[in-house]
Amino acid sequence: MKWKGTYRRIAAFMTMVLTTVLLAGCSDVVVLNPKGSIGQQQMDLILISTVLCLIVVVPVLVLTFWIAWRYRKRDKNQAAYQPNWDHSTKLETIWWGIPIIIIAVLAVITVQYTYKLEPSKPIEHEAEPIVIQVTSLDWKWMFLYPEQGIATVNYLKFPANRPVRFELTSDAPMNSFWIPQLGGQIYTMSGMAMKLNLIADEPGEYKGAGANFSGKDFGQMNFVATATSDADFEKWVADVKKSYPALTKEGYVELAKPGTSLVRSFSSFPKGLFNDIVMKYQVDGSGHHHGGGSEAASGAKEEGVKTASGAQGASDRDMSAMAGHDMSAKTDQGMTSHNHNG
Amino acid sequence: MAHGGNHAATHTHGHEGHPDQEALRMMGFWIFLITDCILFGTLFATYVVLHGSTAGGPTASELFEMPGVIAETFILLTSSFTSGLAVLAMNRGNKRGLIGWLAVTAILGASFIGLEVTEFVKMVHEGATIGTSAFLSGFFTLVGTHGLHVSIGLVWMIALMIQLGRHGINSVTKRKVGVVSLYWHFLDVVWIFVFTIVYMMGVK
Amino acid sequence: MKINSLSDFFVTGDPLIYGADVAIGLTMVAVVLVLTLFKRWGWLWREWLTTVDHKRIGIMYVIASLLMLFRGGMDALLMRTQLAMPNMEFLKPDHYNAIFTTHGVIMILFMAMPLMFGLFNLVVPLQIGARDVAFPFLNSLSFWLFFMGAMLFNLSFVIGGSPDAGWLSYPPLSEKMFSPGVGQDFYIWGIQISGIGSLMTGINFIVTILKMRAPGMKLMKMPMFSWSVLSSCLTIILAFPILTVTLALLFIDRYFGAHFFTLDGGGNPMMYINLIWMWGHPEVYIVILPAFGIFSEVVATFSRKKLFGYKSMVFALMSISLFSFFTWAHHFFTMGSGADVNAFFALTTMLIAIPTGVKVFNWLFTMFRGKITFESPMLWTMGFIPCFVVGGMTGVLLSVAPADFQFHNSYFLIAHFHQVLIGGVAFGYFSGLYYWWPKVFGFKLNEKIGRYAFWFWNIGFYVCFMPQYVLGLMGMTRRVSTYGWDSGWWEWNFVSTIGGFLMGIGFLFQVWQILHSIKFMERVSGDPWNARTLEWSIPSPAPAYNFATIPHVRERDDWWATKERKAQGLPEEPRAPLEPIHMPKNSGIPIIMSACWFVAGFGLVFDWLWLAIPGFIGIAASMLAHSFNYNTDYYIPVDEIERTEAAAGRVV
Repeated sequence: MKWKGTYRRIAAFMTMVLTTVLLAGCSDVVVLNPKGSIGQQQMDLILISTVLCLIVVVPVLVLTFWIAWRYRKRDKNQAAYQPNWDHSTKLETIWWGIPIIIIAVLAVITVQYTYKLEPSKPIEHEAEPIVIQVTSLDWKWMFLYPEQGIATVNYLKFPANRPVRFELTSDAPMNSFWIPQLGGQIYTMSGMAMKLNLIADEPGEYKGAGANFSGKDFGQMNFVATATSDADFEKWVADVKKSYPALTKEGYVELAKPGTSLVRSFSSFPKGLFNDIVMKYQVDGSGHHHGGGSEAASGAKEEGVKTASGAQGASDRDMSAMAGHDMSAKTDQGMTSHNHNG
Repeated sequence: MAHGGNHAATHTHGHEGHPDQEALRMMGFWIFLITDCILFGTLFATYVVLHGSTAGGPTASELFEMPGVIAETFILLTSSFTSGLAVLAMNRGNKRGLIGWLAVTAILGASFIGLEVTEFVKMVHEGATIGTSAFLSGFFTLVGTHGLHVSIGLVWMIALMIQLGRHGINSVTKRKVGVVSLYWHFLDVVWIFVFTIVYMMGVK
Repeated sequence: MKINSLSDFFVTGDPLIYGADVAIGLTMVAVVLVLTLFKRWGWLWREWLTTVDHKRIGIMYVIASLLMLFRGGMDALLMRTQLAMPNMEFLKPDHYNAIFTTHGVIMILFMAMPLMFGLFNLVVPLQIGARDVAFPFLNSLSFWLFFMGAMLFNLSFVIGGSPDAGWLSYPPLSEKMFSPGVGQDFYIWGIQISGIGSLMTGINFIVTILKMRAPGMKLMKMPMFSWSVLSSCLTIILAFPILTVTLALLFIDRYFGAHFFTLDGGGNPMMYINLIWMWGHPEVYIVILPAFGIFSEVVATFSRKKLFGYKSMVFALMSISLFSFFTWAHHFFTMGSGADVNAFFALTTMLIAIPTGVKVFNWLFTMFRGKITFESPMLWTMGFIPCFVVGGMTGVLLSVAPADFQFHNSYFLIAHFHQVLIGGVAFGYFSGLYYWWPKVFGFKLNEKIGRYAFWFWNIGFYVCFMPQYVLGLMGMTRRVSTYGWDSGWWEWNFVSTIGGFLMGIGFLFQVWQILHSIKFMERVSGDPWNARTLEWSIPSPAPAYNFATIPHVRERDDWWATKERKAQGLPEEPRAPLEPIHMPKNSGIPIIMSACWFVAGFGLVFDWLWLAIPGFIGIAASMLAHSFNYNTDYYIPVDEIERTEAAAGRVV
């Protein structure tokens, strides 16, 4: 009786712990709690690939412990002992076959999703995307809103239910832009304008981070991305325009100096600042790109979003993987930068 | 580098399948050459990636002067031929011929280095240094690494000539000459790639 | 660098470092005192520092790597302490950055690599029936280059300042512009010098294995560990030249102001990231492949059964080492290389999972229908299999490129590679160390203490790293030096820290185990595990010449077959008569030449040409001195061989 009670209590306790963990999971385990379609698909993919792997892994784990137990050396162990049995074509075919099948299935899914979730690919949505230009600095994030003409540091806001097209670069060592609940990350690299398309399905505050080590205070490069209603967004923009100072060229130079920063807002920023930052690191006058130092308008509206055309085949991967970046770096006239067209 | 062994050893290994020390060293050197191939391959790759990144500095076609480079090429090719003659002399047991051809090879190698250094110095005087642009960083590093290899080969050849004078032609010196001449031919092949990829394609 | 005061030269201002200064100083004084007091300098020089005997070089590798394990482990515990609670101020960010950098470099390059080379040296010649490696002089040089490289790297802790740009030192962060200190230069030269040694070891063991096997040992009769060494060494010779070039280019950037990877002048930092991973990914296979070989030997021995699927295993080893060269870009799916590139590298990465998975099945079916006992080596192998299976699985998850966008640079990744590197490599090498220890030293390690060590390590591992998977999914990025209460991370971090310390206790148990076993030395025979391969056919420890007569090999597990023939009462093979044995002489050149490399490297780190140039002259002089030396061998006479064998209780 007494023991039974103890077991029941242990079971109840375990249930409680599990529930707590799972409940906590809903809010804290951000990757598994996506709030946007990109993050949602990435979570789906994580779950699918996990299940596929578990098909092999669980039997192997069970088999390991069963075999170790069954064939341990004991005087009374009646299990068969075949010291010279070292080959079976049938068995070996099975365990070459099973992983090959699983990997083949996973490979097909992976390739499909790789094209579907290519970060530079615009999200299909009835609403026009909003453009936010992201620059990683030592050790802070600067966000420019070319359409709204405002700028922020270490926080950003955008309307929910409307695609966000991030254009990203760096004016410091490489970093990586990551808002886990909205979807996976992309590197920010000097001299290149990368692209990342995300969307938030509902208003909320989503944590973001600089995921790639970039020096001393890289750990301070966290930010909050707030998705709001359209009205709130407009209100916020108007508020920023009204009550905050402008970001001047000198102000930017000051901001770019190594150091951490609190959240800040600016009612305006120098025209073409983002493009200037990108072009600053493109000084090779080799002529295999055009439009060096082109006039960058804050009007990133001229769209021209080109998806990664994927012109380069896997066969010439070696050089293109290296050289390709060099080329992807070249921004066309205006703001349309594409991401690695090889 | 190699571990000079007394060759009397071989006969005590009465067992089949026990190769003699010199054969091991020859094989080791072949594998070393594979690693050196990769080393140069990596340098070529970086050069190819960076060759257009002139950062406003001089480009390949503005900089390279082919007559000097063609002279270098002929000198090095000839030295490869004379190092072959050295091996032939060795196989005939002709010690004086061997040392003589090695000396000719070394002199040709030294003139190659001389020309290359002159070329480099001239470029630097024209303001084209390793720090001018990524293209020039790649150029000086790739061509310089080849030059460094040739220079090491020169020192090695001179050391070998002295050893040949002391010990004559025996299994150890024979292997050493074989290794040096292999190395020399290898550098020749690398140079042909340098000539084609860096110079020919550069001035085009 | 211009040194204006002592505090520019010595690292100052941190009590931890002052403590380390004192500890290093005291240790050095103690070592010198002991050696002088017991008049051991000559012995040290003759028997160890100048030895070209692969067995002694192997022992020196193992000792050095265990010291490095201690240093790397201390780094790990410092980091875990800092992360145990939110907003900790135990380590400042720059100190934390230096520690995770040195932790990574030391664990991979100065712990795993030398421990691996130690095992190569201790085992391969004995296992293939050879008297030494192909190039004993070069072997000694490799060791000393590694050692001097490691010392140069570690010196940065007290002199000049540690590197702090991550273990792969990505530019532009590692360029002069963002890392003006000497730490990066210590990084470059420490790795460069030891890397040359690694390259030579690769060449050495390829020739040894291909050319020096005992007569009759066809490649397909070679023990699996030797196969794994061959595949690892082939990978080394193809991968390490890329590292040499990459670091050289970074050095040229920093020292001569070139523009390979700089932000200005047309440099391309992404090229460095490609190049370093073209070496870096094969590198992790270089260290894991020999562990696979060890498990194959251990599983067969302790199941008392032939290794299952030998041909599959060989094929798997070789295909892994080949594929390892085509996956590098999976380390940066997030670089935006486009869907084609990502899809290609995702597929190649997944492909590697197939041969790796097959190996696990083969080990399991080696155990199947065996008679398994669980002595230390087998215990570590049993710890390895589930750990590696799960680690491999998370590896496959990471290879799914679009999913990797969410895993990349998070603690999920950290947990994954620690699981394969600790669960695979460290457990594997421990298993090998316990397995071959009696062969090397002639006594066994205490089993009981070993079990405590194993359980602390094994449980500690899961307690430490399973929470890190969760932390990764919670959005915790790697290399952050602290976090806030609001992040919700601290419980998991706290648990993880406990796990780290459990592993630390496991290490202490291992130290105790070694000391205890030396004190109560239990001598063992040549074949204490009733094992299967040639190394167990000779006395423990092996005599200087290894085999009095070179064996003739007939079967895969030749020693096992010999024992079986004996048990069946079949007559023993007649042995060839003893002959004088040709041996290489010791040489002081390797240690002197490596010391010159150290001097040259140190000079270049501080831009002191007055030191670097003499260093390089010393290197050249050492090489020439060796080239001109034709007196490099000697013979062990027959009567000495007879005396040695008789002392080991063997009749020849």
